[in-house]
Amino acid sequence: MDELPIRSGDDVVRVRQQARAAAADCGLSLVDQTKLITAASELARNTLVHGGGGTARIEVVKSDRGRSGVKIGFADDGPGIADLELALTDGWTSGNGLGLGLSGARRLVDEFELISEPGAGTNVVVIKWSR
Amino acid sequence: MERVPIIKIGRTLFVSIQIDLEDETVVRLQEDLANELTATGASGVIIDITAVEIVDSFIGRMLTMIGSISRLFDAETVIVGMRPAVAITLTELGLSLRGVRTALNAEKGLALLNGIA
Repeated sequence: MDELPIRSGDDVVRVRQQARAAAADCGLSLVDQTKLITAASELARNTLVHGGGGTARIEVVKSDRGRSGVKIGFADDGPGIADLELALTDGWTSGNGLGLGLSGARRLVDEFELISEPGAGTNVVVIKWSR
Repeated sequence: MERVPIIKIGRTLFVSIQIDLEDETVVRLQEDLANELTATGASGVIIDITAVEIVDSFIGRMLTMIGSISRLFDAETVIVGMRPAVAITLTELGLSLRGVRTALNAEKGLALLNGIA
């Protein structure tokens, strides 16, 4: 289990590399690895840009039915998100992006949990299972 | 931060991305390409992403913008060598790279540019 700081663009690249290593370790297909790494990249950028920096925790997990997967948790102490529904809408953006970061990341993984409140930071946990 | 080299061959600027892209690196590439287009008067840009393992929404948006910027300098941009897993992921992410041309590899990209020019 690795907890990685997300404080700079370098760190976002490092999160991608660690996610790739974990995904390969747990036997995800190349397409699933790519989806997970892409989702991790979106979420790490959100942590950096919107959360003002934070951490990523990457671990290999087992499901009840014995499947293995990669779980990544992103945490920041930033301003948080007031309207979670809205934030997960395609095309909605708080900045000058395309608004595909959160909604796109959710489509690329198997499990997606977003916990956030204004003033209380943001936590996102995603899992991609091997098939 | 690393920089991506730009090579001029004839009337084409050739960019091969061989590193893990940081956001700042892509922004820098965009600026460097705009400068090279003005300096050289090139009519085409080929961006080879064979070695690129992921294209997320930021990188995708920057590639689209490079296409738009090139057009302002009367140049066409062709993205070549996209990996199948990247294409599938991009589509699921909801990105279409609208406005940039794509080709299977650098050779076909060059043929496409020569057909346009």
